[in-house]
Order: sequence, then C-alpha cells, then structure tokens
Amino acid sequence: MFFLPENKPKLIKGIAFAVSLITFGISLFILNEFQPGNFHFQLMEHYYWIPSLGISYQMGIDGISLWMVILTTFLGVVSVALSKYETRRLRIFFALLLLLETSLIGTFLALDLVLFYSFFELLLFPMAFLIWIWGDENRKLAATRFFIYLFGGSILMLVGMVILAHQTKLATGHISFSILDIQAAAANGTLWKGAFPLEQFVFWTLAIAFLIKSPSFPFHTWLVDSYTQAPIGAVLLGALIKTGVYGLIRFCLPLFPEVQAQATPIILTLAVIGILYGAILAAVQTDVKKVIAFSSVSHVGFIILGVFSASQIGLMGGVLGGFFHGVASGLLITLIALICMRRGSRNITAFGGLKAQMPIFATLFLVALIAAIGLPGTNGFISEFLSLLGAFQSGYAQIGGVSVVFAIIATTGVIFAVIYMLLLMQKMFYGPDDNPKIQALRDLHPWEIAIGVAFSILIFVGGVIPSVFTRTMEASVIATNLMAQSGVGDRPAWKYFGESADPPVEPDASNANAALISSKHTSKKIFGREVVTLNR
Amino acid sequence: MFQFTPPQVDIISLLPVIIIAVTGALGLLLEIFNPHTNNKSIAILSGFGIVIAALFTVFGMDSTVTTTYGDLLLRDGFGSVVCLILLLVALLTVFFSEAYLREKEIPYGEFYPLMLWSTAGAMIMVTTYNFLMIFIGLEVLSISLYVLSGLSRSEEKSEESAIKYFLLGAFSSGFLLYGIAFFFGGTSSLSLESLSTLSFLTIGTGSTSHTLVLTGIGLILVGLCFKSSMVPFHQWTPDVYQGAPTNVTAFMSATSKVAALTVFSRVLVASHAFEASYLPVLFCVAILTMVVGNFAALAQKDVKRILAYSSISHSGYILVAILAQPYGVSPDHSTLLYYLLSYSVMIVGSFAALTALIHKGQEDTSLASLNGLWKRNPINAFCLLILMLSLVGLPPFSGFFAKVLIFKDALGAGLLPLAIVLALTSIVSAAYYLRIAYSAFVSEPEGVQLESKNPLGAQVTCILAAAGVLLMSVFLSPITQFFNR
Repeated sequence: MFFLPENKPKLIKGIAFAVSLITFGISLFILNEFQPGNFHFQLMEHYYWIPSLGISYQMGIDGISLWMVILTTFLGVVSVALSKYETRRLRIFFALLLLLETSLIGTFLALDLVLFYSFFELLLFPMAFLIWIWGDENRKLAATRFFIYLFGGSILMLVGMVILAHQTKLATGHISFSILDIQAAAANGTLWKGAFPLEQFVFWTLAIAFLIKSPSFPFHTWLVDSYTQAPIGAVLLGALIKTGVYGLIRFCLPLFPEVQAQATPIILTLAVIGILYGAILAAVQTDVKKVIAFSSVSHVGFIILGVFSASQIGLMGGVLGGFFHGVASGLLITLIALICMRRGSRNITAFGGLKAQMPIFATLFLVALIAAIGLPGTNGFISEFLSLLGAFQSGYAQIGGVSVVFAIIATTGVIFAVIYMLLLMQKMFYGPDDNPKIQALRDLHPWEIAIGVAFSILIFVGGVIPSVFTRTMEASVIATNLMAQSGVGDRPAWKYFGESADPPVEPDASNANAALISSKHTSKKIFGREVVTLNR
Repeated sequence: MFQFTPPQVDIISLLPVIIIAVTGALGLLLEIFNPHTNNKSIAILSGFGIVIAALFTVFGMDSTVTTTYGDLLLRDGFGSVVCLILLLVALLTVFFSEAYLREKEIPYGEFYPLMLWSTAGAMIMVTTYNFLMIFIGLEVLSISLYVLSGLSRSEEKSEESAIKYFLLGAFSSGFLLYGIAFFFGGTSSLSLESLSTLSFLTIGTGSTSHTLVLTGIGLILVGLCFKSSMVPFHQWTPDVYQGAPTNVTAFMSATSKVAALTVFSRVLVASHAFEASYLPVLFCVAILTMVVGNFAALAQKDVKRILAYSSISHSGYILVAILAQPYGVSPDHSTLLYYLLSYSVMIVGSFAALTALIHKGQEDTSLASLNGLWKRNPINAFCLLILMLSLVGLPPFSGFFAKVLIFKDALGAGLLPLAIVLALTSIVSAAYYLRIAYSAFVSEPEGVQLESKNPLGAQVTCILAAAGVLLMSVFLSPITQFFNR
C-alpha cells in the first residue's frame, strides 16, 4: 500500500476493497473445503522455524477457528467499505487496516504458541495507531490504554507459554511450542504430572490475557474507550475481541484439564458480574457508542459463561456466541458509526425522531436490536440460550464447579438487555423530530443498505437454521469439551494431519460422535425452532 | 637457576586488535596531513580496517579454548563472537557519524581513531582471563570514551558529560583495581582460571583465603556494575548519554555495555562455586535495575534520556540472562550473545535514527522535537518504529526472541521470579517506547520545523538495524548454532 500515490484516494480504496473481498472469497472457499465431523486440524501447513527451540510455522483450521476466520474476513470487507469516509493519510490507514486483518486471521489459524503470540501482539500496534491517528477527541488516551492493557495482559502469557514448552520437554523429552504436542501431553496426563500449582499459575497467565482481550469484567475499560474513539472503519474491533474468547477455548480448556473445576467458579463469577454490570451501565449511558460498548461487555459475559459451563451445549453456545455476537455487534457498530458520523455527535439526546427521517436505517437498526436482546428467531437467542442451558445443566449436575446460581443470575441479564436496548431505540428513533439537524439527515446509501442486509441475513440464518453453523463446529466443540472435562485416558488428542493420508474418524472422535448422537435424540421444538438439547 | 622461557605466541589471536589499533593510528596520521577538510577518507579507512579485523576474527574462530602470550590472551568462541558484535557496532557507528559530526559542526577527525582504540580496548577486555588485561582493556576503552563524550568542546552539556563520566569512571576503576588486589591477595594469581578451579572445599586451606577472594570478587563486580550501569551504580548514565554527541552515545551505549557484561559473565561463570554468596545480591540488583530503569524512563522528556534509562533496564535483562545461563563444563552463552547482539543493533539503530534531529550545530532531543519526524524523514521514522517495537519485545522482531530465550533459560535455572519481574517491567517499557514511536509518527509538529535533511549514512544504518532485527528472528536457529560452534 505504501507504493500507491497518496493523491489518488479512489485507487487506494478500490485496491483495499478488492483485497479484502478476495480474502473473504478465500475464506468461503475454505468453508467449502472443510470436512465437518472431524475435530482434527485441517488444511495444515507445517514448516520448521527454530528447531532447537521447538518453534515452527504451523497453521491449521478446525470447526472453531473456521467461523472466526470467516467473521474476520467478512468484517474486513465491511471495514474497508465503511472507510470510504476516511479522508486523511489513506495509504497508511488502509495498510494498517489490512495488516490488522492479516494478524487477526493469523491469530485464529496459528497452531504454534510462539506464532500465535506473534500474531496476537502484531494486532496491537495497527489498532493502536488506527485509534491514535484517526480516532475522536480522546484518542490518545484510548490508544495508550488499549496498548498498555492488551500488552500488559499478554506479556505474562509469554512466560506461561515458555513454561508450557518447558513442561512439554519434561513430559515428552523434546521441547515444543506446538499446541498439538502440548495437548497430546496434557491428554495423557504427563504434562502436569505432580505440578498442580504450576499448572494453576500457567492457566491464569493465559486466562488473564484472554479475559482482558475478551474483555471480561473487570478488564473492560479499554474496550469502552476503544469503541468510543475508534475511527469508522474499526468494525474489525468486533473480531479483535473474539481473539480473547478464541484463546480461552483453544488454550485454556484443552491444555489445563485439572485446573478447570477450581478455576471455573472464579471465571464464571467474573462473567456473571460482567453480564449484569455491562447491562446496567449500558442502560445509563448518554453516549450511544458507550451503550454499544457496555452491551458488548454484557454479551461477552454470556459467551464466557457458555465456554466455562463445563458442558458441550454451553461450549457450543459460547462458540456460536463468538461468531453471532461478532455479526450482531458488527451491524450495531456499523449503524451507530454511520449515524454518529452524519449527526456529528454521539450524545443520545442529539437524536430523536429518526424513524420518520430514516426508515430504512430504523429497520436495520431494529434487526440489530432484536438480535442484541436475543429475541427468538435471531442468532443472539440461539447462542445465549445454549450458554444458559449449558450452565443450568452443569449446575444441576454439580459438575465442573458450575453452580445453578450463576445461570439464574445470568438469566436476569437478558432482561436488562431489553431495557437498555429499548431505551436506546426509543430515545433515538421516536420522540419529537423538530430538530433541524435531524431533519437534514438523509437515509442510507444503497451500498450501506447492502452491508446492513448482509448482516441481517446472517443474523436470521443463524437464528432460524443454526445447524448451518453448528454442523461444522460440532466435532471440535465436543472434542474440546472432552479434552477439558474428562479424566486421563478419555481425553482426545489432536493429530498431525498427514500422519494418515485420508484422515479417518479417530476412535475418540467416533466415541464423541456416538455420545452426541445418543444425547441429542430429543430435539425439542422451542418457539418453532429446533434446538439440540441433552436428554436429561 | 632462573630460566626465561619465551611465551608461546599465537599471532592470529591478537591480529584483529592490532589491525584495529593500527587503523586508528593511520587515521590519525591521515588527519594530520589532511586537517579539517575531508574526514571521509578517515571514515572509509576505519570501515575498511573494521571489516578486515572482522574477517580475521571469523577466520580465527575456534570452538576450542586456547590461551597465548603466557595465558594473557584467550581465544574461544564466546570471546570471538563478542568481538564480532563490537566490530559490528563500530562499523554501524562509522556509517552515520560523518554526516552527523559535520552537521553538529564538530568535524574532528580524531573521532575515528579514538573510537577504534576504544573498540580495541573492549576487544582486549573480552578475550582474556587475566584480570590485569581486563583492567588494561577497560582503561583503554574508557579513556577514549571520556574524550569522545567531550567531543563537542563548545557545548556545556558535552563538557559536563565528559567530566561526570571521567570522575565516576575513575572511581569505578578504583573499585575494580581494589578488587583485583584483594583477589591476588587471596589466590596469589591474577587469572580467572585459577578461580574456577577453586571451590568451597579447597578455599580457606593453604595459600587461599575465603574472605579475601569473596571481597575481591565483590569489588570487581561493583566495578563492572558501574560500567554496565546497574542500579544502584547507574546515576551517571542518563547525564552522560544525554550530553555526549549522539553518535558517541550510540557507540558507548553498546560497546562499553557489551564489554563489561561479557566480563561480568566470565567472572560469574568462573566463580560459580561461590554462587550461594553472591546470588541473593545479584538477584536484588537485577530486580532493582529492571524496575528503576523502566520506571525512571517513564518520567523523562528527552529521547536520549529515555533511551539511557531503557539501556539501564536492558542491563537488568542481560543480568538475568547471565544469571540464568546454563553453567557446567561448557557453558552455553547463546542466550547472552543473542541478547547482546540484538540489543547492540537496536540501540545503535535508534540513536542513528535520532541523528536526524541535528540542525546546523543545534541539537534538540526532547520528545516534542521528534514530532512529525514521519514527514521530514520517513525512513528514519519507520525504522525507529520497528526498533522501538523490537525494544519493547514484540514479535516478530529479535527483541522478542531474545526475551523468549531468557525466559527459557530462567525457567531452566529455576529463576521464575526474575522472569516474572522481567515480564512485568516490559509492560512498563511499552509505555515509553511507544511514546517515542507516537511522537515520531503521529503527533503534529509544533512551532518552527527543521527543514528535512536525509543524510545517506544515517538512513543506511537505520535500514540495516531495522532489517537486522527482523532477520535475526528469522534466522535465529543458524545464529545460535553459529554462537555454539
């Protein structure tokens, strides 16, 4: 991008858009190539980088990362499209934006801890610079806070990762940063043999880094600032925070099976506080972007609740939630960013009566809103329902340190979501529209409508036929849950792709599938939609 | 009958040092015949000499340890690699010095000979087991540096820097020499080798004395702490770094630190038997250095002072690397060497990027003066950004892998607390390194702006350093293999 002439904004924007579109196309191609029903990593690439340290360039995709990648590339397209409105220093803006997208995809695909960490850190500085240069009035504070929070969280993770590699050396005799090797050692119980305090320590170094990124209460302040101050093209922030959830699922669950029961209550407490705290604060904000930011904190609470609910259903809810919330909040952020830019203010009192002035905008906003409250028929419902269901189940069964109390309190968060979202809707779209500035507003451009409609389709497809998504996630989710919850010997282990030319269904995987089949033979019809539930 | 046997002489060991010293002398001659008109020839000559010396060092590299000149000089893989690092630093400094000195209006040709002799001193220091040789090398290194830091004769700051450096440097040399005297009293030997053969069992019996040896080592370490600016012996560093001309700062921040820390490592490896006596103290020194260096840097407004404090904190990191390195029959120095190489390239590159701030003899190195560097000097600004990210320890740059290596060693040596302090203080360091990067890239310039000027030498140095930190991480494996050869 640096080589493009600065004085041709259309060319720069065009190329950036083409690149992001091609990337999105490739990710859809991967979706096509992907074989569901197999929890091992697929389409793997593996090159040795630093053999003496066990560091390699290792990439692969499974049912969990697949949708994260698609989310990233999709939001990447939207991001570049929205950045049509940027006018200053375009070359570097789009270079940073695409760099951000690259590092996000890399984060989701990396199977080597050092490689993962590299991408994980690499996304900090393009985002920090995007906020710093193109952000709103408080951008310097926001950018610094963003960087320090996230860097601070992840540097301790580095210590944890080196300990992981070291433990792998003790367990298997050769040092390795590959999560396949580490997980294999964790699965047969040799990784943490007699080192429980160390396992706890490493778990928390990783968990804190990911909780900050997610962001979970009490580490959410950076997100509020970043959402508020970020430039319009920063819809990718929605994908960025998913790296936190992804990290929790990918590392904190499978690699530390023994810690789960003790850590779960603490993390769930934070998640539940986050749900309520985010929802309540969202209801009292006067800045519309802050409403969205706090609602994200609340939704992330649901996702984490699902991930750590110690049940397959809940984990599925968490994984789905990661993708669905990315879509729903993506639409919300997009719309809010568009309207705030046009109105030139983020204050909620500056709006009112928008419905008459911008009917299409209001319709799209309504879609985003019902998805955010989790109304049945939208994707938000499916993921939150599954998360809560998983938490209730584990709570009743007293497994994995989950208590029913968490689920009950978390459920009330749904009510708060209705309150703050409807308040927002009411204040922005109804009421007197005698403000001349509101009357000067025009409705969305066709291309903006197209983006909104694309989001809406994803929202409703996710709500009505979630099996489109769950089909590919299923095997990975089940395997991850087994890795975290079952005892030594029952834990499945990832295999290197290519160890057997045609990857057959591994014994563990077929067991897992059998378990799923036996467990889902009651499919309840709830609100006219099929929901997979366990037979209790 | 007293019989004098002439010592075995292995000229290859000394050749690089001789070449560097002779090149310096030739440069001085050139300066006499060619006063103040054109220092380019001296610069080219110096660069040429450094390259030849480096070639001979590589040629003489040998994994086996050989001593020569009656055990006064030593040739081993460790020392040779450190020599190469020192020569690299000198070469990088030569690249960007000429344009800078000219613009600062101090185009004295002495700079090059003094810098070369300083390098020669450092090279002697790291290729010996003998304490007297270490002392001689240290003095040759230091005296040249005292003169160099006062090179900008008309500037008060530079004068102050030179005086301060001289007084405290002389003081620390005193400590070192005093320690050497104690050591000699205790062991009746000046060689580190005699130390490594001692142990707690043998010590205190016969001619050796426990107290004397320990006091000696302690004082020697204090002297080296001064030179490598460990807390609490660091006070001179920010003032000297700020006052000295920027190219001298670049040179000295790398060379004197590399040399002092190498000797530090040698002393610790040799006195491994006494680990229990000094480890708690060095543990505290390492933590203090990391904490004080990083937190003090936060409060600074001047880029050179920030980098000075950052170099203090890097001393702390390197001390962790030294304490954590695997000892034993053949100590593995690859972590330390990788860190020293990476640190030298980063710090020299950063100061080279800062030379863009000079204008007609006026130099303002406050953070505000960096504002808008991106517009005036895009290459310097971009390389500065990469070097800052590497100094923070962000992947995929070498600073990151250097830290990973330290973590790995620290875990192996059971020094987890030090690794955690290192990680936590790195977070703090992100704040001030990024302030530099933000100033250069983002902030709009205030007030009168300097006109843009892009001396080729500084750009070449910056690009080499920035490419270096990237390549060092890609080729980490071959590099560490080279170190262990």
